[in-house]
Amino acid sequence: MKFITIDKKNWAKGIEKSRETYRLFGPVKDKNGFFIRDLEKDMLPDMTCNDSVMSVKSVLFPQTEKILFASLNEAKEDHHIMKRVPFDPKQRAVVGIKPYDAKAVELVKMNFDTDDYRDPYWCDAYEATTFVGVGINKPGPFDFSTSTGTGPFSETGLDVLMADLDDAYLAKILTDKGDAFMKSCGFDKVADEKESLALFDILRKEAEKNISSHIDSSKLKDKTVLELHEAPFWDDIAFSCINCGTCTFVCPTCWCFDIQDEAKQKYASRFRNWDTCMSPLFTKHATGHNPRDSKTQRVRQRFMHKLKYFIDKYDQGIMCVGCGRCVKSCPVNIDIREVCKIMNSYVKSN
Amino acid sequence: MENPYLPYPVRIDNIEIATEDKSLKTFKFVFINPEDEKKFSYHAGQFAELSIPGIGEIPIGIASSPVEKGFVKFTVFRTGVVTSHLHNMKVGDIMGIRGPLGNWYPWDKLENKNVVIIGGGFAFTTLRSSIIYMLDPANRKKFKNIDVVYGARSPGMLLYREELYEWEKRDDINMHITVDGTNDTSWKYHKGFVPQIVEQNAPKADENTYAIICGPPIMIKFTQPALVALGYKEHQIIMSLENRMKCGIGMCGRCNIGKELVCKDGPVFTLEQLNKTPKEY
Repeated sequence: MKFITIDKKNWAKGIEKSRETYRLFGPVKDKNGFFIRDLEKDMLPDMTCNDSVMSVKSVLFPQTEKILFASLNEAKEDHHIMKRVPFDPKQRAVVGIKPYDAKAVELVKMNFDTDDYRDPYWCDAYEATTFVGVGINKPGPFDFSTSTGTGPFSETGLDVLMADLDDAYLAKILTDKGDAFMKSCGFDKVADEKESLALFDILRKEAEKNISSHIDSSKLKDKTVLELHEAPFWDDIAFSCINCGTCTFVCPTCWCFDIQDEAKQKYASRFRNWDTCMSPLFTKHATGHNPRDSKTQRVRQRFMHKLKYFIDKYDQGIMCVGCGRCVKSCPVNIDIREVCKIMNSYVKSN
Repeated sequence: MENPYLPYPVRIDNIEIATEDKSLKTFKFVFINPEDEKKFSYHAGQFAELSIPGIGEIPIGIASSPVEKGFVKFTVFRTGVVTSHLHNMKVGDIMGIRGPLGNWYPWDKLENKNVVIIGGGFAFTTLRSSIIYMLDPANRKKFKNIDVVYGARSPGMLLYREELYEWEKRDDINMHITVDGTNDTSWKYHKGFVPQIVEQNAPKADENTYAIICGPPIMIKFTQPALVALGYKEHQIIMSLENRMKCGIGMCGRCNIGKELVCKDGPVFTLEQLNKTPKEY
């Protein structure tokens, strides 16, 4: 295992150097908090970010993405024949990603990269991207990532995991992609492996001790879908929900999308946009019939998808990485940790 | 692997008004690149996304049959933005088709079985595809008795009328055509709702008989008890579902019933499967 020490004095210069090869993304602070942005020239990832309002999902899956276009000009030979928007093949690196967000990318991959179909937009972006993570030394009160198969120093889905040591970063190189990124920055000061491993271990344990919030999802797998779906608690859970959809937008594992067309003069575009299962339109048929017409049905869909359907479909745990964003952002304090507890402990009474 | 969002370009080759109220039209499409027809190799029961650049896409059951070559056919009800636009398009116009999508009726399992096809209203498109497939000289001997119960509000609302009346004359398929009501004194077929005609005319179930149902929710709801009364078990009742869809490839997340996605794991399910999932369709 290779470790590299990066003096923070050299950080900015190295990151700038990597731009020769990479298009950079990273956390940037504005008046509403931290967001993951495309880092324009002279912008650096803000490494003071402890948690961002939005996750990194937008790097691979933009909120609005043009996927196809066509000319509607009948004088042109290829009019009305749709074509893919060219893919920018430049390598991308997300710098400062949190380990739980990298785990979320791995979960979302199961949806977009399947045996039957490969979503070329998501998969091409994924393959072009290097994930340079940084461990969370002091997890916040909403973080329950150690209960979801990740944690503040988890390596899943990352190419590099860095530890913030005040005046330096200690980088653990996890993949060839990660190695290539570090080289492009000119970061090459190798650190002692044994000492580094020990240091990472201490930091991880310290950070995990700071996590005070936990969930137990162990019993969900053995319950039947219908038992949970027909359980009596959904009206209570959904009671205060205003169906704003914030939880789905801030969630790093929510991948549902809509496809919409636009035509301007003689040019047609097809876009895909993030969608939300909280919206009645999400499932409304053209006839007016809506299989999830009530808000209780929609709230139930969100939690059943994350905490039951996903388990049954992939057998890879729950579709939640414990980042706590939905808990923090929900305007009416609906808490997935509470819902998980209710579902996990539910026993159908006869 | 190819881009599953990219439609095959097609040209509208023919448009027929399918019902007397003109709310349904049958579109015949020809692939602009002949090699795309091979790629669009489908089974009866599958659907496709009809794709109009700048307007949008709609999931529609394939009404032509795999044994019909050189074109694909779809019968479309005018109801929303895309279908209304499509109804105003003309022969020669260029658009796209994405597919084939979803699963199909279980043709392997249905070999050497009696098949009862039950359809209502304009949900007869993939059933037409199925009947043409089964009646093809190369396929007919693979199946035992074939019964078809098909009903619409009035004679003029029946889809594919010419074909229905042709099939009626054959002795290798038992047609039970019905209408809710008609003043036409020359009407020589059944009058009455589909569930009632099923109860009176469909064969009783033995272990070698399967029913395929496609129709509006109300018809399905009342046909189920009729089939149960005739002895059909949950695994012998095969249904094709509809849900709102966008991607058609199991990714956009809206058409699920539990963990099953109607677009990719369906649209064809047995009642046995459906009874284990939430009824969100």
